[in-house]
Amino acid sequence: MAKSIDVSDLNIYYGDFLAVEGVNMTIPARSVTALIGPSGCGKSTFLRSLNRMHEVIPGARVEGKVVVDGQSMYDPAVDPVEVRRQIGMVFQRPNPFPTMSIRDNVLAGLRLNNKKLKKADADDVVERSLQGANLWNEVKDRLGKPGMGLSGGQQQRLCIARAIAVQPQVLLMDEPCSALDPISTSAVEDLIHELKTDYTIVIVTHNMQQAARVSEDTAFFNLAGAGKPGRLVEMNPTKKIFSVPDQEATEAYISGRFG
Amino acid sequence: MSATQQSVQEHIPLRHPRLPRWAPVLVGVASLALSGILSLALGWHVVPWVIVALLLYVLILPGWSRVVENPRAAKDRLMTSLVWASLGIALVPLVSLLYKVVAKGLPQIDGNFMTYSMRNIVGPGGGVYHAIIGTLLITLAATIVSVPIGLLTSIYLVEYGSRSRIASWIRFLVDVMTGIPSIVAGLFAYALFVLITGTEGIHLGFGGSIALSLLMVPIVVRSAEEMLKLVPGDLREASYALGVPKWLTIVRVVLPTALPGIVTGVTLAIARVIGETAPLLIIAGFTDSVNTNLFGNAPMETLPVFIYYSYTQPGVDASVGQNYAWGAALVLIVIVMVLNVGARLLGRLFSPKSGH
Amino acid sequence: MSTTAPKTRSPRRRLGDLVFSGTTSGAALIILLALAGVAIFLTAKGVPALKATGDDLSGAKNIVSYTAPLVFGTLWAALLALLIATPLSIGVALAVSHYAPRRIATVLGYLIDLLAAVPSVVYGLWGSLFLAPRLVPSYSWLGDHAHWLPLFSDNSSATGRTIFTAAIVLAIMVLPIITAISREIFAQTPRLNEEAALALGATRWEMVRLSVFPYARSGIVSAVMLGLGRAMGETMAVAMVLSASGVVTFDLNSSTNPSTIAANIALKFADATGLRVNALIFTGLVLFVITFVVNFIARAIVSRADRRLAA
Repeated sequence: MAKSIDVSDLNIYYGDFLAVEGVNMTIPARSVTALIGPSGCGKSTFLRSLNRMHEVIPGARVEGKVVVDGQSMYDPAVDPVEVRRQIGMVFQRPNPFPTMSIRDNVLAGLRLNNKKLKKADADDVVERSLQGANLWNEVKDRLGKPGMGLSGGQQQRLCIARAIAVQPQVLLMDEPCSALDPISTSAVEDLIHELKTDYTIVIVTHNMQQAARVSEDTAFFNLAGAGKPGRLVEMNPTKKIFSVPDQEATEAYISGRFG
Repeated sequence: MSATQQSVQEHIPLRHPRLPRWAPVLVGVASLALSGILSLALGWHVVPWVIVALLLYVLILPGWSRVVENPRAAKDRLMTSLVWASLGIALVPLVSLLYKVVAKGLPQIDGNFMTYSMRNIVGPGGGVYHAIIGTLLITLAATIVSVPIGLLTSIYLVEYGSRSRIASWIRFLVDVMTGIPSIVAGLFAYALFVLITGTEGIHLGFGGSIALSLLMVPIVVRSAEEMLKLVPGDLREASYALGVPKWLTIVRVVLPTALPGIVTGVTLAIARVIGETAPLLIIAGFTDSVNTNLFGNAPMETLPVFIYYSYTQPGVDASVGQNYAWGAALVLIVIVMVLNVGARLLGRLFSPKSGH
Repeated sequence: MSTTAPKTRSPRRRLGDLVFSGTTSGAALIILLALAGVAIFLTAKGVPALKATGDDLSGAKNIVSYTAPLVFGTLWAALLALLIATPLSIGVALAVSHYAPRRIATVLGYLIDLLAAVPSVVYGLWGSLFLAPRLVPSYSWLGDHAHWLPLFSDNSSATGRTIFTAAIVLAIMVLPIITAISREIFAQTPRLNEEAALALGATRWEMVRLSVFPYARSGIVSAVMLGLGRAMGETMAVAMVLSASGVVTFDLNSSTNPSTIAANIALKFADATGLRVNALIFTGLVLFVITFVVNFIARAIVSRADRRLAA
């Protein structure tokens, strides 16, 4: 079910402001790709343009091509709702639906498409998704309790369970551990390792060690200068980026000389 | 589930049949046209024409979407149509009312109408001068009563009692008071002055002011409180650090900073009560003559009461009285709008304090 | 006294602070006294009505049987108004908070606020002289064809000044109140929750259902209750639009209609003397108590919701 993503000549705007310029990259299937770079370089903006969440912000738009599974995602005939259904997303801060139980949170996406979900099938999905998110053992006795009652790390794994319950082709993660403590972070990182056998994962992270730990490939974004748009500086296998990067700017960032 | 599981292994089309971007416009025009043909055939007025067009739109667009797109998209389009339709429906009475008041009221307005009272007038002639005077005097007195009480209370709530239990109870009860029916305020003022003076059936202008104050004070308190809360705490602390006592800090630093906002709030509160009718009907009463004595036991005319009596007791020729009512309604609405717009302009002129 | 003020102060300055804080809490006390005063004075002038009979009560046996039909009319008119206004208000609030582009939304919000600024007596004028006559054909059609339904009478109004017309005008008047509060609460929905729904592949409506409504539920309830309070207390629009005969009926199109407490007071107060005044004040007291309770509950819900959000 995992698919690769081809991005070509992508420009991303907020109104008239060009935020990210001229991105070309291929994101391989069944693998983890990390996006790193200094604050404001447009890596989160770029990530949000991969499932058309970018355009949720008034005035935001995109030029260029993003192709998933041979289909151009910004084609006028494509429904953004369908794109987001196929390409799941996990956010910086955990955001379970506050009034829903753990179980209902997991089923939320599925219920949109399938109103008359049988109870047995629903139970199946809940168990499979929560196990997929390494959360099942912790919550199996309190599925009816509100999702907000969990700890931050558990909430984030609940959000991952909610995202994989609809069996997307790609999972986008926007700094999923930045609001979590080290133990929860390591739980989520373990989970990412397991998920990549089934999903194409793109993760934005501020934490270079995390990028080194979890990803196969790393893309480094940077600003061309103050007030200028962000752009992709280089994308290479993670091992290469962290040892012998092609670009001097990458080297400077990774060795901690800026950013 | 097994079906879904298999299907996700395969190619999943992102591309579904979608309605063209101009579909809503097309359906809108088509609905109006279709309903228009019906109106012409059946001789309807504008309102049924628009209602039927709306119904057609709400049926056709989601229906089309259901056939071409999918049930979820259809539901989304249905709800979007309903949301916009409810906005449209809500604006219809506003437009209709303003149009009616201007169209019926404007022909009434002339120098005569604005400068003569109804004293000794039978049939045409006369005007609303006495009512304008009464409205202005009663509202002015209500403002003079409410602003100090309201402002001081808001200072208490923000500066002195901010987190105490009493303050939160006062805040709560002030909120509840905003819901007191205006007629109850009128009865309160009447009962109060009957008990004070011992005169049953008393009419006096100041009683109207008291009734209006009861409605106005809660509005002033809450808006002034919001404004005082916006004054940054650093400003107060900077003043304390200079050894200025708390009360002087409030008078010299906090109040001047919040003043534009407070003035805006007071103006909006005036706009809110100047159109009140029911309490004035009860305590201020009805007269044809000019009365400038707020405190004497004599009725004092106000614009809203003038409108009401011109409508209920229009005289021999009903249309004369009704036209007076429309004319006075226009005058009243203009006063209210001027106050509203003025308050907002004031707020906008002074609000970005950092911009200076 | 405040904790921020330094403790070392000259007695003279202390005095200034004491006087000022005393004055402000005195003002707050006046407001509480005024609120208590409403209850006390209305009770004082209303209680004599308990011994009123027959003549002073438009033929009713005692004050209870005089007040009961008015209470019915007040509740019935307010309920009808809310049935019309609630869905509309929620739609309008959504249009402003989630559907319209920001610039248009500001203008729309201002237009809705204008609805609230129109004085009630002008609504009354518009409702009785413009709206009511235009509803006559619908009422008589309903009277001819639907009078077998319990809500319609075959004796349909010739003037259109029925309880339903009054309810429409009331609905227009409470709409800005319900809209303003709902709009504010809708706009406070955390962006994070909205994006959670959208990222799952929700349509805009599904997003509203999944993240906006659950968040706003208690706010909507209290907004509707505040609207209810306003609708029950509204006087002039009903007094001018409704052609009331004080009956108890659910008919929407009939020429005989129940009256409301507020409208009844407005219509009869000017000509009333003696015990009749006391009877009217007594009904006013009943209205005050009902609206006070409704507003009290509504505000309690709001402040509880505020505290929950702040946490």
